[in-house]
Amino acid sequence: MSETNKLIAFEPERYEFHALPMHQFALERRDFFKLLGAGLAVFAVAKDALAQETAPGGRGFHNEELPKEIGGWLHIGEDGSVTGFVGKVEIGQNVRTSLAQTIADELKVPFERVRMVMGDTALSPFDMGTFGSRSTPTMTPQLRKVAAAARNYLLEKAAKQWNVPAEKLVAADGKIIQAGSSRSIAYTELVKEDLWVGRIPSDEKITPPQEWKIAGAPMEKVDGRAFVTGKHQYSTDLRPQGMLHGTVLRPPSYGATVVSYDDSAAKTMKDVVLVRDGDFIGAAAPTAASAQLALDALQVKWKEAPQISDKEIFAYLKKNANPSSEERFRQKQGSIEDGLAAASHKLNATYNVAYIAHAPLEPRAAVAQWTNGKLTVWLGTQRPFAVRDDLAATFHLSEKDVHVMVPDTGSAYGGKHTSDAGLEAARLARAAEGRPVQVVWTRQEEFTWAYFRPAGVIEVKSGISADGKLTAWEFHNYHSGMSAIESPYAVDQYTEYHSVPLVLRSGSYRGLAATANHFARETHMDELAHAAGTDPLQFRLNNLTDARMKAVLQGAAEKFGWPRKKTSEGQGFGIAAGFEKGSYVATCAEVLANPRSGTFQVVKLVEAFECGAIVNPDGLRNQVVGAMIQGLGGALFEAIQFENGKITNDHFSSYRVPRFRDVPQIETVLLDRKDIPSAGAGETPIMAVAPAIGNAFFDAMNIRLRDLPLLPERHLAG
Amino acid sequence: MPKGIEIEINGKTYSAEYPPDTPLLYVLREELGLTGTKYGCGEGMCGACTVLIAGTARRSCQIPLSAAAGKPITTIEGLEKNGALHPVQQAFLDAGAFQCAYCTSGMIMSSVSLLRVTPDPSDEQIVQSLQGNICRCGTHPRIIEAVHLAAKKMQEQAR
Repeated sequence: MSETNKLIAFEPERYEFHALPMHQFALERRDFFKLLGAGLAVFAVAKDALAQETAPGGRGFHNEELPKEIGGWLHIGEDGSVTGFVGKVEIGQNVRTSLAQTIADELKVPFERVRMVMGDTALSPFDMGTFGSRSTPTMTPQLRKVAAAARNYLLEKAAKQWNVPAEKLVAADGKIIQAGSSRSIAYTELVKEDLWVGRIPSDEKITPPQEWKIAGAPMEKVDGRAFVTGKHQYSTDLRPQGMLHGTVLRPPSYGATVVSYDDSAAKTMKDVVLVRDGDFIGAAAPTAASAQLALDALQVKWKEAPQISDKEIFAYLKKNANPSSEERFRQKQGSIEDGLAAASHKLNATYNVAYIAHAPLEPRAAVAQWTNGKLTVWLGTQRPFAVRDDLAATFHLSEKDVHVMVPDTGSAYGGKHTSDAGLEAARLARAAEGRPVQVVWTRQEEFTWAYFRPAGVIEVKSGISADGKLTAWEFHNYHSGMSAIESPYAVDQYTEYHSVPLVLRSGSYRGLAATANHFARETHMDELAHAAGTDPLQFRLNNLTDARMKAVLQGAAEKFGWPRKKTSEGQGFGIAAGFEKGSYVATCAEVLANPRSGTFQVVKLVEAFECGAIVNPDGLRNQVVGAMIQGLGGALFEAIQFENGKITNDHFSSYRVPRFRDVPQIETVLLDRKDIPSAGAGETPIMAVAPAIGNAFFDAMNIRLRDLPLLPERHLAG
Repeated sequence: MPKGIEIEINGKTYSAEYPPDTPLLYVLREELGLTGTKYGCGEGMCGACTVLIAGTARRSCQIPLSAAAGKPITTIEGLEKNGALHPVQQAFLDAGAFQCAYCTSGMIMSSVSLLRVTPDPSDEQIVQSLQGNICRCGTHPRIIEAVHLAAKKMQEQAR
């Protein structure tokens, strides 16, 4: 198998990440100073703070004495600039800003002095990737500990210089100040030509949220001006000297293989680099149009294979589930049999969830360049280190000879975990004699060859007692995933995830399967509430013990005015809630259905969200509202259509995404729990949107919708 | 090579040696390095490539080079004057009206075009004129807020 065959066959990631590679820091001590200028470089780590994201052992700093695990590190320059280094990437979630806030807050320096170097495999500590709402909960404590260690180090250095006890000194505004005197010394004076490495105790004191000053306050997006002036360069915008534009010949359908290849016309074309390597066929040229002309001139015959179509997908998923699921896919609490026997009312229902696309507005893109056998790749990805490892494995290089950098990226939503455009650009560039090659996927390539949020079938069996208490809950998810599969309600339950071989290329999506599982669970809860004759909010509260979940339900309900009286025909109200990845959400929806005209409108959404202590309320609100609006698409109309291995709605004209007219009135309630460590917020706010709307549709029309997308208009027309 | 076609962009005249049917977007991005104008779909469905042609918002991926010749073209790079942001740019900053910001250039250009004709637009007029611009991050409410903010600023300045 050729290396690019492997490239194409590379299995997309799915939900879990097992292999943790070994890593070496590529830079020597002297290189740091060359790179960053003189100053203080601080590496410090508390072992327990890294539990979530460390590779096992083996990483070091060449011969320097450094701890084995480094989560983040920082540099304080003699010019007063502070640089934080993390392996996370900025994809629109605004974590560049919130991490800089965190460092400034803990180090006690003005916010403007802090900049972040992110997602650079030569400079950042190893990182598994920017996903799972992990950046805030893992990086906030780590960076705080590094910054606190740096601050304490400077404080003690000043104490020694002045020969006063460290307890008499405080850090503020980039200075160490002696309490009760006018004596102070700037960090810039203290950091000259210094390197400090220390393993900080796991109980290293960091500033509690109640005392945050720079963190916890709204902060404008860092580098905002570069974005409103068009100066920020995304991967698609990079223009290194001599760059060629690359393009890839895609198979006519999934699973198609090359039967014959004739490049006699194409290879006579001037300035074109042509590559065929197994089933990988691509061209690079000074313009994208000339690269495309070369591909058009090729005579390639493909052999196509039969593929599953969307019409049969749900039956297929059910039928092809792996008969013996792994132990870790099953969870059991109490007895379902006893619970069902005790139930006065039982309900079985099936929910289907379609494939949907991330459709990030910046398509997958990369620039690759080979220099003396070493490879440099710039690309938009959520997993720079995994991309580096893919590139190293594909091209038989040592990891230290591959350098991956991630320009702030035009969004991802879980859709940019893979290396695709990077591998393609690197393969083309290898034939381009040192010239960099850029590959930018077209929108059709995005809709066809990127991976999707998987389709799924969910079966729920439940029982309630005469007084409206859940007695049993059995929940089976076929194919779509395990995230949030367990019910947060107080009930004996059995949950099981059934894996199914991939049909379409599938992978992560904002919230993973939590949206599908919440849709099924919260729709089913609504069905049970109606069966019990109880208000849907009250029904949930009656079956909850978790105070945080109650708080978001009550927060959303209060803002929404639940329960509301209907004021017009076709009006309906719905509620849904959930918990995932350390954060809680509840959403209320008001809808208006008109069966005569067949039109449907989401009039209003109110969402309460709680993720512990809020780092940047402004950024958080943007994320929450953004997730709600993105959630409208998957709730109402987004679905990938496919037949015979082809995506049949591979354009924005046929794959509808939310636009301005789809956006309802939106209100948010952000609950700031300063007593709870900050959790991430990129995903959970999307989860309850679809079931809230579906439940509101039922309230309006007495028609229960159990499939995503809901396609409400279709149910009105008949 | 085809004969160069003269186009006027941000007050400067360029000679573009591209076939006349080449979409303006590719000339801007490949030849002139004006990468603030984005590729999003190449078929006029997302608005990321919006520029002003004679003051009116147009999708540069749908405008052949030949049709762009002889008319003043403004891209996002041409809005800033002497280091001062255009009020619409400033309003997007002030309202925090972006997340990944890949759609921002197109949103700003469409908004500038709207405000030229409709200095004090209603929500409905904003929705109407930005309906062709996709924001996948879901920043729509803040974008509407930014357009109102810019309208207010521009009217104050005009007084």
